[in-house]
Amino acid sequence: MPETTTDAGGGAAPAQFEPRIVAFFCNWCTYLAADLAGTTRLKYAPNIRVVRLMCSGRIDPQFVLDAFAKGADGVLIGGCHPGDCHYESGNYKTLRRFHLLRRMLHELGIEDERFRLEWISASEAEPLRIAVNDMVEKVRALGPLNLTVPSERADEPEEVAVP
Amino acid sequence: MTDKPKVAFYWCASCGGCEEAVVDLAEKVLDVVAAVDIVFWPVALDFKRRDVEAMADGSLAAAFLNGAIRSTEQEEMVHLLRRKAQTVVSFGSCSQLGGIPGLANLFDLDGVLASAYLESPSTVNPDGMLPHPSSAVDGYRLTIPRLYETVRSLDQVIDVDYYLPGCAPTPALIANAVMALLAGTLPPKGSVLAPDVALCDECPRKKSKPEQLSLGAFKRPSEVKLNEEECLLAQGVLCLGAATRGGCEAPCIKGNMPCTGCFGPTSRVKDQGAKALSAIASMVESNDAAEIERILSSIPDPVGTLYRYSLPASLLRRRRPAAGVATKG
Repeated sequence: MPETTTDAGGGAAPAQFEPRIVAFFCNWCTYLAADLAGTTRLKYAPNIRVVRLMCSGRIDPQFVLDAFAKGADGVLIGGCHPGDCHYESGNYKTLRRFHLLRRMLHELGIEDERFRLEWISASEAEPLRIAVNDMVEKVRALGPLNLTVPSERADEPEEVAVP
Repeated sequence: MTDKPKVAFYWCASCGGCEEAVVDLAEKVLDVVAAVDIVFWPVALDFKRRDVEAMADGSLAAAFLNGAIRSTEQEEMVHLLRRKAQTVVSFGSCSQLGGIPGLANLFDLDGVLASAYLESPSTVNPDGMLPHPSSAVDGYRLTIPRLYETVRSLDQVIDVDYYLPGCAPTPALIANAVMALLAGTLPPKGSVLAPDVALCDECPRKKSKPEQLSLGAFKRPSEVKLNEEECLLAQGVLCLGAATRGGCEAPCIKGNMPCTGCFGPTSRVKDQGAKALSAIASMVESNDAAEIERILSSIPDPVGTLYRYSLPASLLRRRRPAAGVATKG
């Protein structure tokens, strides 16, 4: 997997930051769009790691937080268009959760562009390509997420004189 | 000294409510005192740290530790008590999950100190003095504990054997835990000493919970005259019972107030706030993005509401530090 792309030979230019994006795609629409993109030889940025679920409604917010906590720079959710859910209402639940989760992530210092929801049907390989490329560029511009849990401060002055 | 089992109580970043909970055992506290020797309990007994240091390692049957860990002193004390105690019980929400003090993880330490010492309306501090870990006064060196950038739950600092959940744990659960400890009938290590079901399961209003909840707005308890019989969610009040462990006997619900989640998640859930979010958001009564946004805006503070007691123990643990904050580790 391309963590960072470096030319084996030259190495003059600094390696460009390659975001890692976890993509949760539903089995019936967006995953098939990704499949179609493959069979039609559409090229898109290789930065997404696709996880297939039966329905976007299966995406527990814990999955999204876990992805960020384990080093993802972005999380993309792909589901069926409104009205097209294979299970009738799964994507609506995803939509509602997405709005609250994005606000919560924002409050926790994670930019809105790092968490994205797209409705992409099984025939929409081109919209999939556009969405993935666009998200990769936006996350690349933001830089690495670098989630750390700092403990002790490094800049504590040693001693202070009190008159 | 008698040969009764010895126990210690200690507090870290907490409010003192957990100490109250022990006192709330009422006459049962006499059974506890009859059965054990309390050898260390700063809030009630005048034993010092050096007394604990003088004890043999493993000589305490149990240490009940409440409060989150946010200072060097707290970290040292819990390491010390871990060495001395055979069993460590994480006591209360702050210890188990980080608790209310854990909401400091939404800020960096500079912001926390500025708020407490400089900006709050009740502060009078014309010289802008802030606590210094080390100061020279008249040729002496005075030190105070240092605060960490991030508040932690107890099990992020030391090995924990059992958890007593709650803000504060209820007298019934405390008494059960102490008796189980004395009788040697404790469940497997790592267990939370409370039932492993959601609060809704034992809620006195369970029967009035609709099959399908659908909400057009979230109201605060102060904004609505609450019916005392009906499910609070059905009345539009954000109640976290569905995402919270039961065993508290629902005192808040009986007081006509919603559950705020102090018992933490059940064993199947890793991140209480995420799971609460999942349950709450899916109840929104709209399929339209703008309308969903409008309805959810009636929850003004999602992190403070859904992670009220559990931010440090959540998957992300804290707000992402601003770029350039220099820290060790």
